[in-house]
Amino acid sequence: MTPEELEKIAAKEEQARAHIPHTIDVCLGTTCMALQSDKLKTALEQEATRHPVGSKCQVRGVGCPGLCALGPLVTVKPEGDLYKQVKPEDAHDIVNSLGAEPVARLKCDTEQPFFKRQHKIVLENSGSIDPERLEDYIAAGGYTALLKCVTEMTPAEVIDEVVRSGLRGRGGAGFPAGLKWRTVAKAAGPRKFVVCNGDEGDPGAFMDRSVMESDPHRVLEGMAIAAYAVGASEGYLYVRAEYPLAVKRLKQAINQARAHGLLGANIGGTAFTFRVEVRLGAGAFVCGEETALMASIEGKRGNPRPRPPFPAESGLWQLPTLINNVETYANIPTILRQGADWFAGIGTSKSKGTKVFALTGRVHNTGLIEVPMGITLREIIFDIGGGIPDGRVFKAVQTGGPSGGCIPEEYLDMAVDYESLASVGSIMGSGGMIVIDDTSSMVDVAKYFIEFCKSESCGKCVPCRVGTAQMHTLLELIASGEGTRHDLERLEALCDMVKSTSLCGLGQNAPNPVISTLRYFRDEYESRLAG
Amino acid sequence: MTTPSQVLTLKIDGQDVTGRADETILQVARENGIHIPTLCFLDSLSPLGACRLCLVEIKGSPRLFAACVTYIAEGMEVLTKSDRLNKYRRMIVELLFAERNHICSICVANGHCDLQDLAREMGVTYVDFPYRYPRLGVDASHERFGLDHNRCVLCMRCVRVCGEVEGAHTWDVAGRGIEAHVSADLDFPWGDSDTCTSCGKCVQVCPTGALFKKGVAAAEMVKHRSFLVRLTAMREEAE
Ligand SMILES: Cc1cc2nc3c(=O)[nH]c(=O)nc-3n(C[C@H](O)[C@H](O)[C@H](O)COP(=O)(O)O)c2cc1C
Ligand code: SF4
Ligand code: FES
Repeated sequence: MTPEELEKIAAKEEQARAHIPHTIDVCLGTTCMALQSDKLKTALEQEATRHPVGSKCQVRGVGCPGLCALGPLVTVKPEGDLYKQVKPEDAHDIVNSLGAEPVARLKCDTEQPFFKRQHKIVLENSGSIDPERLEDYIAAGGYTALLKCVTEMTPAEVIDEVVRSGLRGRGGAGFPAGLKWRTVAKAAGPRKFVVCNGDEGDPGAFMDRSVMESDPHRVLEGMAIAAYAVGASEGYLYVRAEYPLAVKRLKQAINQARAHGLLGANIGGTAFTFRVEVRLGAGAFVCGEETALMASIEGKRGNPRPRPPFPAESGLWQLPTLINNVETYANIPTILRQGADWFAGIGTSKSKGTKVFALTGRVHNTGLIEVPMGITLREIIFDIGGGIPDGRVFKAVQTGGPSGGCIPEEYLDMAVDYESLASVGSIMGSGGMIVIDDTSSMVDVAKYFIEFCKSESCGKCVPCRVGTAQMHTLLELIASGEGTRHDLERLEALCDMVKSTSLCGLGQNAPNPVISTLRYFRDEYESRLAG
Repeated sequence: MTTPSQVLTLKIDGQDVTGRADETILQVARENGIHIPTLCFLDSLSPLGACRLCLVEIKGSPRLFAACVTYIAEGMEVLTKSDRLNKYRRMIVELLFAERNHICSICVANGHCDLQDLAREMGVTYVDFPYRYPRLGVDASHERFGLDHNRCVLCMRCVRVCGEVEGAHTWDVAGRGIEAHVSADLDFPWGDSDTCTSCGKCVQVCPTGALFKKGVAAAEMVKHRSFLVRLTAMREEAE
């Protein structure tokens, strides 16, 4: 496909839409589907056929608009009304309201900070396009960046653009994406690979799932641009098998893109070829670690191995491999469309762009949000999140998943970026954000995360395999009121040792929830000690 | 640009040493008589970096490096002993003793055990962690050998020798984390294995009494490992 043909598809799509005065968009993301939004969609379709305005109305399935707490969500266009907690019984009233007064009892305020304070790049299409239709993505400007790259830019120019954008990896460590791309581009090898990490094993995290479900082509486009930039012609999308909807949509998207010459051989009529396959993970947290993930793709047990050599030099089948997170790739098409300077203008000096967070726990508006880097935790939790329900009091926010830490009230006004989160003992991580109120004990919170790491440890290295098990035992002792001061000392010694000596990031970060709760909530541990 | 055969100079524990660019810190240290404790490492098997006993400090980095998998570099300054390293190594050995049921006095490998040697070296006279006392089995289904999971330290030497040297790949690891265990074929009884050639290499490389010859009594299981280096050397020559 050429850029002109792409434009034609977009124009045709626009035209077709102009003939339909009303659209009803039903969220078919995993959360809303769990609340039977698929049945709701059928009900709306049936209602539409029965109704006189039916012929002028189209019911579409779309991705996640973000406010999962109030699902199933329905958006009516062009009015722009958002309806919450919609049931199939409401279909009649919604269809009837088209072109008339909105259904007041279902209306969700779209002027509230939850929507107004967000800045959507990665999620720009989520909830507004049908993820199962390539034409929808193209109409939203999709694949123009890829075709521009392959027809107008050299690989080095693409990399320069990504470097200048300041984009950092969204999978956890925040490594500069452009630098990684350049390393892979420079690495010598007869073949190279591009891998997308869609394992997302953090408890409570669903950012990547949502992106893959709501806008699968965006991830593919990002990967294809990366492949062009680093000189790879094969790619793997590693997705956990617990994400069947994401897998289905990705596979569908790959087939559509291939059929339109946007993936496969001779993309954009050039010599550039890129083939992608989806690989399923069995849902082990450790398989999100890059070396374990690649072992798993190779069909081996998903155990991490020591680095160096880094994947950029020796990855899949010992060949140079670029591995990035879903959200990292999802930023790429927009960066190349809008330019590096535009992207670098968002965020803070060292953390550019936006970050998607899965906001969960004791907060009113749980769901998926995308905010500019540099926003404060207070804005996220109290403005966007709507504060703590049931009149309870904020106690801490856990960021970064099991590898992260708990941040207390005193740092709520801190700007969210990679460095400041690290400075208070947590990490950005992949974007899990769990709000904890005064009904939770921090010892229990720490125990929960250690239990998770203990059962997710691969068992290869001694500090993580046995150390996390011992930490869990000691935490249970302390939580039950039977722990002694000596047990607490042993726990702290283990934190230091497991962190310093474990082979991979799982063990190296597993103690973080304990270390941070000990740092800010030590009295909760002390008060539980026996004697 | 360094090539594998290039000779590099570095310092280990203040001593000036040289090594080839494709040598690890552990190899160069050993050539120079500098002792670094190891457990998962065994000469002629691929290094694993799993036990973490060989961790060393490298000047200029706050991180620790496993000497068995870290290649030397020009001008590197390595420290193999420090209070910090000693503390961690001792804890690793303590964690291993607390993990399963190591009762030396009744063990076939008593007196010939790498874990015991390490404990002696680190001065581990007591274990300051709760013993886990897991209920683990003994696989006595093989006609000549036995596997006592109570004594296994998951060094993966058996897995590697079986896959890399014997080429049978009977052994692997099943389960995860603290539940991980060595398994024959698809977690079958060893005696039912279709792939095992009964060569006994795994028994010889096992650092403890976990893999043993049937019929030996306490302290009688002496392990012979010199075959491994010789065999590998002969194979390399043949190539
Ligand atoms: C235990 C563990 C789990 C991880 N899980 C994920 C994951 O689910 N998704 C992800 O993108 N990165 C994960 N990572 C980070 C990856 O190893 C790797 O750094 C990342 O995929 C690189 O992509 P990025 O540079 O785009 O962030 C994990 C790391 C560790 C140590
Ligand atoms: S740190 Fe944990 S997960 Fe990583 S290699 Fe060691 S045992 Fe496996
Ligand atoms: S000997 Fe190096 S990690 Fe075990």
